[in-house]
Formats: sequence, C-alpha cells, structure tokens
Amino acid sequence: MSPNWRTRLIIGLAFVVGAAAIYLPALRRHVKRTAKLVQQTEEQARRELTQALSPTPTGPRVKTKLFWASGTEGPRLAAVTVELPLADDPVLRAKQVLNTLLAGPVDSDLRTLPPDAALLEFYLLPDGTGIADFSEALGTSIPSGIDSEQLAVDSITRTLEANVPQVQRLKILIHGQEVDTLAGHLDLTETFVVNTKPASAPAVKPAKAG
Amino acid sequence: MLLGMRFHLQIAFLSWGAARRLLALAIPFIACATLSFAERASSSEQPVDASAQGTSASQAAISLPSGQAGMLNVVVLDPAHGGVDYGARGTEGVRESEVVMEFAVQVRRALESQGFQVVQTRLGNEDPTFDERSAVANAQQGAVFVTLHVASTGLPGTARVYVNEDLAVEPDVTRLIPWERAQAPFLSLSRKLGDLVQGQLAQRFKGSPGSEQSAAVRQLRTTAAPAIAVEISSVTVENRNDLDRMAPGVADAIAKGVAAFKPSYVVAGTAGVKP
Repeated sequence: MSPNWRTRLIIGLAFVVGAAAIYLPALRRHVKRTAKLVQQTEEQARRELTQALSPTPTGPRVKTKLFWASGTEGPRLAAVTVELPLADDPVLRAKQVLNTLLAGPVDSDLRTLPPDAALLEFYLLPDGTGIADFSEALGTSIPSGIDSEQLAVDSITRTLEANVPQVQRLKILIHGQEVDTLAGHLDLTETFVVNTKPASAPAVKPAKAG
Repeated sequence: MLLGMRFHLQIAFLSWGAARRLLALAIPFIACATLSFAERASSSEQPVDASAQGTSASQAAISLPSGQAGMLNVVVLDPAHGGVDYGARGTEGVRESEVVMEFAVQVRRALESQGFQVVQTRLGNEDPTFDERSAVANAQQGAVFVTLHVASTGLPGTARVYVNEDLAVEPDVTRLIPWERAQAPFLSLSRKLGDLVQGQLAQRFKGSPGSEQSAAVRQLRTTAAPAIAVEISSVTVENRNDLDRMAPGVADAIAKGVAAFKPSYVVAGTAGVKP
C-alpha cells in the first residue's frame, strides 16, 4: 500500500470514528426515548383515557372529608376536610374523592394508599354497589399485613361513606380483575360495607367564600 | 351416618378439587347446627394424643365424630405465607414467612404444655393455599385455628388479634353453608377466643389493644372453627432480636388465652347435621 493510500485510509477511519462519536449518543437517546414510549402500559393509557373522559367540574367548592392515617395512638384514621369542586353525579364524585385520596395528604407519612396506585375506573350499580378498579400498584406497593391492608380499605370506604351516600357497598378490583387478597391478607373477594343508611342525594354544602 | 359414609366414599375416589366442592356441602356446617355456646366452667383436662401430626388436605374428608367430640382438644396453628411468598419484608431482611415459623415453634410448645394437641398447616418452607390451610382445621373435631402473622406496620413491640368481619349467609333449603362462608357460624366463638387471647397479649405488650378487632382476613373466612389471626408488629424493627424477644410472651399469651377459652367451647352432636 502506498503512503498516499495509507493516509487516505487513516483520514477515512478518523472520519468514521468522528461521525460515530456524534451519531451514537444521538442514537442512544433515540432508543431510550422509544423504549420509554413502549413501556407506557395499557394501564397508563387507560388511565389517561378515563381521565380525559372525566371533566373536572367547575361548580362551587364543597367541604369534602378525606380519611388518611391519624398518626396518633388513638383512632387509626382521621378526617381531613378539604374544599373540592365536587360533581353531583355520584360516579364522577366518587372518582374525584378517590383520586384526591390517592394523591395523598400534605404529610406523606400519613398516606394510606401507595403513591403509585391509580384509580382506573369507578362504576355504580343500581343496587348501590360501587366497583372501584385500581391499578396493580395498589396491591404490589402497599405494605403487606392485616393492619396496613385494613387501614387502606377503611380509608377508601370511609371517604366514600362521607362524600358519596349512593355507594352502599364497595367491591375492589385490581386492573379489572377480582383478586383473592389485597397484598396477601385482606379478602377482596367480598364487598365492603360503605353506607348502611338508604341512599339519598348528596348534601352539597357550598364552602363559604374567602 | 349413612350420608356421612356416602360422602366419605365419594371423596376417597375423587381429586382434591372435586372433593373440596363436596366438602363445601358436607363438612362445614357441621357445627352451625350443633354448636351450643355455653359459658360453663368445666375444668376437666382432656387426654392428649401425642402422636398428632400435620393433617393433609385430603384427610379433611374424614370428619367423623370421635369420642371427644364436643370438647376443645386441638389447636391448628398456621404459620402464614411460606415458599416464595415471604409475606411482609423489612429493610433489614426480616421475612414474615420465616419469623412466623420460629414463633410457631414456641407457640406449639406452650400449647402442648397446656394439654392441647397441635396440628400445623406447614412444618417447613411450603406455601399451602388458603383453602388447604382451612381444610386442615375443617377436618378436626374440637379444634380452634390460630394463624400467625408479622405486620409491616403498627407500633413495634405490640400484637393484635383479628377476627373475621361479619359474613352474610343466605338461608338455603339444604340447610348447609357454603365453604366460602365456613367461618360464619363460628364468629361469636371466634370473638370470644380473640378477646381472651388479646387480653393476654395486652398484659405482656404495652400499647396492644385491649380487645380483638374485626378485619376481612381471607384465611379466616373458609375456616369452620373458632379462628383468630395474631399479628405482631413489625418486620420494620431495626434489630431482629427485638422480634425474637416477643416470641415467648406471644406463645404464652396464645396458650393461656386458648386454655381460658376451653370451657366456653362446647360442641354437641354430629358433624354435618343441623339440630
């Protein structure tokens, strides 16, 4: 090989290496971005869809009781009153209060439900049975145990009891399926009592201005 | 009697799955009929069958009344989880499935010293299903069921007793209660047992509740016997020894609570028959 050709080959190789140094990081970023998109689960897509179908009411803000952990040695749950623009429709209303419950209190130590859990859908049957369909994280991220699992379900049922009187009992599904237990202990094959009184229209009490 | 023999023969030739369905009709409701809850003070000690071993699920079919029917003789002890199901897990590597096995050794010893025959739902690192564990208890005569758990939460150093929530049972022309509701006829006895054991635990572990609590515990629902879940807090202890130190107290509390419950447990009549 003549020196002339050798020089050309070295220049060519240097060009290829330079181009690869520029292109490969860009390619890596692109692959990562694509992988992230693929990882968007059916569950996330469903959540986005259902949230898009659930317009946020713009009505008057009403006082809403949410039950999170009390953090004291007394009763395990404590009611926290917040003001929300609640819908009159019981299904929308149930979604609003449960999504707020899932969002958690200001003090994250008082959470009763895992931060990555999501409400996928809520149905209300004519007999007063509410069906709450949660994402798998409700079962996989909650601390395992009778105490913690019962606390989670109690916070859901008591929040519904306080704000959606039409729901008399609650069935919990995980990703659209009936499961045996929440996280190895609490029975999810049965319904939980929410309201023992006959259903009536929600007592909407607008919050005072200011 | 004839009905009982027929079921026995049928079950002997069927798979466990099919047998369980039959049992759903045959066994449980058993005592629904025949349980008479009397607060009588009987102090007579019962003979102990020292040869007792774990009962397999298929043995659950043999539920014939024995000479000791009507008296509490057996405690079915259930160390929860097992196998690949570790249950609650602490940051220091504490696994519920392992801790409950170690507690079970001491609870068993304490119960045997009180004169009870103890049958465990698992003796090693197996993971029987909820129904298989219940079947062990449902095959016994004169038994109570105690399932042992360690929580992820709760005040460390405390222990709680849970009893199944109320179970609605619709009247049936067959006068039998389905397997899925096996605990229903025993709930009042379970609460009594739960209060007695919780009382003992509260004396030993400060901060524990004074009485039993209700929870929808899956394991208890299919158990046709007075049944409680004992949950200890918690796997989050910084030092595993803190949990181990609770074992003798928990064992003693359960044994004394069950012994105190014994006079309250009076079963009369024959399995599978309503009065």
